[in-house]
Amino acid sequence: MQLNKSLMKKLTLAAIGMYLSILSAFSQNTSDSSYKPRKLKFEEANFVSSYYHQNGDHASVTGGIGSEKLTDLSTSIDLTISGYDKRYRKHSFIFDLGIDHYTSASSDMIDPKNISSASHADTRIYPSLNWTMENEKKGTTFGAGLSYSNEFDYQSRGVNINFAQKTKDKNGEFSAKLQAYLDQVSLIYPIELRPANSGGGGEGDENHYASTARNSFSADVAWSQIINQRLQVAVDGGVIYQKGYLGLPFHRVYFNDASVHVENLPSSRLKIPLGLRANYFLGDKFIIRTWYRNYHDDWGINSNAAQLETSIKINPFFSITPFYRYYQQSAAKYFAPYEEHTGTEFYTSNYDLSKFNSNFFGAGFRIAPPKGVFNNQHINALELRIGHYKRSDGLNSNIVSLSLKFK
Amino acid sequence: MNQRKLLSLYFLFALIASIILNTSCTSVKAYQKNKLNDAEMSLSSRKVEKTELNFQSYREGASGANGGKTGGGCGCN
Repeated sequence: MQLNKSLMKKLTLAAIGMYLSILSAFSQNTSDSSYKPRKLKFEEANFVSSYYHQNGDHASVTGGIGSEKLTDLSTSIDLTISGYDKRYRKHSFIFDLGIDHYTSASSDMIDPKNISSASHADTRIYPSLNWTMENEKKGTTFGAGLSYSNEFDYQSRGVNINFAQKTKDKNGEFSAKLQAYLDQVSLIYPIELRPANSGGGGEGDENHYASTARNSFSADVAWSQIINQRLQVAVDGGVIYQKGYLGLPFHRVYFNDASVHVENLPSSRLKIPLGLRANYFLGDKFIIRTWYRNYHDDWGINSNAAQLETSIKINPFFSITPFYRYYQQSAAKYFAPYEEHTGTEFYTSNYDLSKFNSNFFGAGFRIAPPKGVFNNQHINALELRIGHYKRSDGLNSNIVSLSLKFK
Repeated sequence: MNQRKLLSLYFLFALIASIILNTSCTSVKAYQKNKLNDAEMSLSSRKVEKTELNFQSYREGASGANGGKTGGGCGCN
């Protein structure tokens, strides 16, 4: 908690510093009579809405058995405004607001006698504000941002800073990003495992739940390069370090003696992802987008993921994009199914940490007519995308997403 | 996957990346970038993929290096 207070203080100071530097950048210098203040202008806005539905029979709340049925409706809007300061650096401000509302069958099993518990359906709200300052002459970009996320049993505060430098010929770019998320997890245990004096348990007494910290820090570096007039690639590597309470208090684990316990996982996790992206414009009608990621962490999960998309341009303003993604991972060393744990130090029956592979496929289309979508000049582009996800442990899901770009 | 396999994979990956970056690059002028500037040639994920990236980071053990989230938000269910 002491660490969190200190970090929050630094976050607040960083936010104030960012605000003051923005003010000074846009303030008029009276000694330079040729300078005229340039007002911030609307650049673009994006509206994204998705409906997600999943089903499976390995719910973590019930120890790796039971329904994983879940629906999630999410909507987000981001707005970008930008302007130039007296040194002709471009300042962009991106405000993003997202709202998710989900219902989950397994959450009702935290306290089966109280199936109208607050967590059977929940709403997550997550605003963020990012600022970037681009010097087009030098090819440099600095940026910083703040984010917040709130749901019934989880709060998250995030901060990031980033830097990018283009090569002299503007064909390559190095970028780096540092991020920190300071999260609080409410300790809502399964009803039969709650300590006698823990308070919370029924509807309306959520204030009685204690909470504990989960912090995530990440450093990410990337290099993007134009290879020729049709091909560009990017390499992206990162290190993510998590510390604190990394399990979830309402995940049950049944040992082989039928005793029930709360999931227990180590208090730190180091993740190392390395990704490669390559996009190629084939002829005049096809764009081939590829992505590959290799991932390793110290919980024993090694994974590979690859995605292939082909955009087929029916005409310059309309394209159809079928896509396919393959993913495989090994199990975390702390995972075992229902009633198979034998009493080791760490244990989980969360199938998201089990060995599996998955296939995700679907298609989307994009329209961006010169007169605007539906002849409305303000709607620059519309994208619709539908996907089906199938995991080898039986979990499957469907997602449909709509995106509108306003200019 | 053992450490040796993982290292081999990293070396293979680095080799492919360095071959692409060092041997085949040609300087492309701004006026030659009409195909590269197509909205669908962007080297980042699409806006419409936002929720997909979220659910994948919740339903899979791996995350990062794809423009998706690396922390923040529970994904509890």
